[in-house]
Amino acid sequence: MKVKYFAWVRERVGKTEEMVEPPASVRTVDDLMAWLARRDESYAHAFAHVKPDAMIAGAREIAFFPPMTGG
Amino acid sequence: MTARVTIRIQQADFDIAKEIAALTQGRTDIGAVVSFSGICRGSEGSETVAALTLEHYPEMAEAEIARHAETAMSRWPLSGLTVVHRVGRIAAGENIVLVLTASQHRQAAFQAAEFLMDYLKANAPFWKREESTAGTGWVDARHHDDAAAARWTKS
Repeated sequence: MKVKYFAWVRERVGKTEEMVEPPASVRTVDDLMAWLARRDESYAHAFAHVKPDAMIAGAREIAFFPPMTGG
Repeated sequence: MTARVTIRIQQADFDIAKEIAALTQGRTDIGAVVSFSGICRGSEGSETVAALTLEHYPEMAEAEIARHAETAMSRWPLSGLTVVHRVGRIAAGENIVLVLTASQHRQAAFQAAEFLMDYLKANAPFWKREESTAGTGWVDARHHDDAAAARWTKS
């Protein structure tokens, strides 16, 4: 799946987007964050405001971003 | 007549008069147009702000604005609406966002414009980075923006 990062999440992770292939045991957003965080400390710092129990089954793209400040 | 809905996300500035003309041209059923412009303020508290840089999530931003536009159309008898949101670097004094709403009578246009702005602030995937005398940093989401959006939720 493709994972995208925006605003300060993007700056903390250090990437705009990337393709990842988590193992089958990674079922929720919480699992995905933990799996990503094990790869690199920068991820752990970036994931603050998400719904960690949301299921990711079938997702093609997941975006991580901070609270919105448009308008 | 069918409602005219225009939604654009762009780097360039917009011309309010041209946007109003595009919304109302050739129609005689419109009695009210409300225009809201969001402008980059040159101060935040005691700090001087030079510019904002707007980042957005393109695939989601347009869809999210369209969803709110549909909600506005279903809640008020609108003849049309226009939302233009700029992205990229915007200097103090420059336009950031335009909301136009058109209807037969003013009340629907006023309310729908306020509704759209409240929702854009809290729910559209845009992020502001501010360049000020305090340094450069991401603008924090404001709780009162969430509260402003929430008051439109029907109980």
